[in-house]
Amino acid sequence: MSSRRSRNITEEEINELISKLQTLLPESRRRGTGRVSAAKLLKETCNYIKSLHREVGDLSDRLAELMATMDNNSAQAEIIRSLLRS
Amino acid sequence: MHFNKCSEATRNPNPTPDLNPNLNVSKTMQAAYFLRAFTVINSASPTSSTMQRRRSIRRAAYASMARAAGNRRAWSRAVLRRLHRGVCLSSSARRVVIRRRIRVSRPREPGQADVLRSLVPGGKAMDFCNLLEETATYIQCLSAQVRRGRKDIRWVYYPG
Repeated sequence: MSSRRSRNITEEEINELISKLQTLLPESRRRGTGRVSAAKLLKETCNYIKSLHREVGDLSDRLAELMATMDNNSAQAEIIRSLLRS
Repeated sequence: MHFNKCSEATRNPNPTPDLNPNLNVSKTMQAAYFLRAFTVINSASPTSSTMQRRRSIRRAAYASMARAAGNRRAWSRAVLRRLHRGVCLSSSARRVVIRRRIRVSRPREPGQADVLRSLVPGGKAMDFCNLLEETATYIQCLSAQVRRGRKDIRWVYYPG
């Protein structure tokens, strides 16, 4: 287990982790490069995760609808081709 | 992932950064798991409803993410546990009754920490520091999954 549990977590360490989260947000959500409050960054992070969940759901729905109109072979062929390309 | 590696995070202007190499989740692995799940769904009974297919594909998306990450992350273990129990995977789609829990006193945390806990699988059991680390890798894998999904749909329309 991590040795972190045996010592106090400092404010600075938490701020570093929150800054790292900021770098993972897309540009439009970063609220500038200056100092932003931890609370605001966490809120943006939560909003971003919710939008990612929605997008995974939407993409899944669209894939499901497409599958309904395709035959087995072509769907699998597409996925296989995409694997080879990536 | 050791704690001191967090301080090595680089400022990355790229809005969709590549997966942290320390996480060792290759794109190919994630895609391979999705292919397997996709194939199983595709060969399922043709009479399954669109609702069932939607649900299956969504589960396959989260499953491929979690399986590629394996047991190394608390969020992926939580997703795999939920899959095993057959419950809803995305908290955005949750319709279940929320069980009342005795609220653990968590000092020095911003209010949004609780919201974040409800969004990251397994988040409720984590201390704040773990939660922030798990959130980072969870976001990376989620956005990789979204990119994967967009690619798959594009190639259905524009193969070759």
